[in-house]
Amino acid sequence: MLRYLLRRMFVMGASLLAASVLIFSVVELVPGDPASFMLGTGAQPETLAALRTQLGLDQPLPLRYAAWAGAILQGDFGTSFTYKTPVAGMILDRLQVSLPLAVLALLLAVAIALPVGLFAAGRHRRAGDALAMGAAHLGVALPNFWLAMLLVLVFAVNLQWLPAGGFLGWSDPVPALRSLILPAVALALPQAAILARVLRSALIETMGQDYVRTARAKGLSASQALRRHALRNALIPVLTILGMQFSFLLAGAIIIENVFYLPGLGRMIFQAITQRDLIVVQSAVLVLVAAVMAVTFLVDLAYAAVDPRLRRA
Amino acid sequence: MRIGLILGCALAGLALLAALVSSFWTPHDVTRLDIAQKLMPPSGVHWFGTDQLGRDILSMAMLGAQTSLAVALVAVAVGMAAGVPLGLLAAARRGGWVDEIVMRGNDLIFAFPSLVIAILMTAVLGPSATNAMIAIGIFNIPVFARVTRGAALPIWVLDYIRAARVAGKGAVLISVQHVLPNIASLLIVQATIQFSLAILAEAGLSYVGLGAQPPTPSWGRMLAEAQTMVSLAPHAAIIPGLCIVLTVLGLNLLGDGLRDRLDPRLRVLR
Repeated sequence: MLRYLLRRMFVMGASLLAASVLIFSVVELVPGDPASFMLGTGAQPETLAALRTQLGLDQPLPLRYAAWAGAILQGDFGTSFTYKTPVAGMILDRLQVSLPLAVLALLLAVAIALPVGLFAAGRHRRAGDALAMGAAHLGVALPNFWLAMLLVLVFAVNLQWLPAGGFLGWSDPVPALRSLILPAVALALPQAAILARVLRSALIETMGQDYVRTARAKGLSASQALRRHALRNALIPVLTILGMQFSFLLAGAIIIENVFYLPGLGRMIFQAITQRDLIVVQSAVLVLVAAVMAVTFLVDLAYAAVDPRLRRA
Repeated sequence: MRIGLILGCALAGLALLAALVSSFWTPHDVTRLDIAQKLMPPSGVHWFGTDQLGRDILSMAMLGAQTSLAVALVAVAVGMAAGVPLGLLAAARRGGWVDEIVMRGNDLIFAFPSLVIAILMTAVLGPSATNAMIAIGIFNIPVFARVTRGAALPIWVLDYIRAARVAGKGAVLISVQHVLPNIASLLIVQATIQFSLAILAEAGLSYVGLGAQPPTPSWGRMLAEAQTMVSLAPHAAIIPGLCIVLTVLGLNLLGDGLRDRLDPRLRVLR
């Protein structure tokens, strides 16, 4: 187990290093120099040169990469060109919106997918199964930003139950939570559809296993066998998808954050790209990639803890 | 699940037909603006109503199908053109350093939040339909590489591959002549699934303004433009969304149906 752990940690470190080089090179290719963007088109060449020196933009590429990566290792994510504030603080601020949104959406997705998946698997090849899977098919095909618009139309404009957008901060938790409900539903429904389908297939597969037949033979009803024996084993593939979905929800919320004008991480990256605030883009994308890798790592660890065969793989 | 396959064929076929027909005919001219006719609800003249500039939404949606399908087609082609050879190579050199590099490279791309990188890439290259194709296509490469490798590995241990080796064929020739034909059906199914994902991705990119640029109509931008007037003219927001949903649904049903047909193991399960 220790060797497996060390190997996995080494791979993760190497991937993170490769990712940082990749992100840095791509961001450097973005046309438009931050200095000229900050000063506008009418800037004097001397002023421009001075600002470029001040921002360190006149240094060669490898040196700038080393400076950026070295500072990150010490917890310094740089200073935003546009807002003149530390990027680390900006990311933490935005995470206060993105993280609760992702968690809320994930909980909702599980709360919807679990009963639907169990229901469909329990009624395999019957009308209920076909109906649930038809709904899931529709859910997978829904673009979340369109669903978001429909939700706003119904629940914000017509019924006026929930706000159509904006976020006023956590100082007053009730309105804050209310502004996250519609975005979370819009994010959760398509994910729930995927999760329900995976859970159903996994359940149907485990229901055919010998130990489930044994459980039935010793007198358990089909639904008891489903819940007590098949469900636990079917949760392994579901866990993989959940791990992938969490990172998707954290980063993939970028469009939903735009629909609801939420000051989240995705929207910050989007704005920083248009403002040529390269340091914000680099650092925030790296944080997202690191989060995705960390979640994948934890899911793998959970597997290895559950299934000893995987430790040797 | 034959109904699914038929429904999938019908929906995907409808989108394809709309795209093809729109290349030479649309009910109305979408380049002509008619502000007096703006935001009209569906009627006999404009079956799906008009948008905020008085353009016919049915004609816009048909042209949008053309944009969506073209972007998705190229994106999948990019993914297959690079991913399939990489996957074949990794399987032919399984366990070696080439395999290791290809697979770790795959893991690396998978760790990137695809939408954020697609947005970053379209920002680097400039927003256009072509750059949306490239950005979406790059994320299809690891998918096809992984699926190809996974499907090719069990084929490499079969007797007829051994016979081909004894006959003196090299790894490249065996991959092309013997492995590829045996995994083609699987790749077609995967291509259908990636095609539907690419349509969703294109819609997302053009929704935030990074896909096809005006005046080329696209479903995503039609939605973005209709958003501010959603309470005044809900039809302008509902129609393009329905186009996306029905096309993606059709392709998914088609992919599932094809998989059931082509993979005999799954017939027992379903």
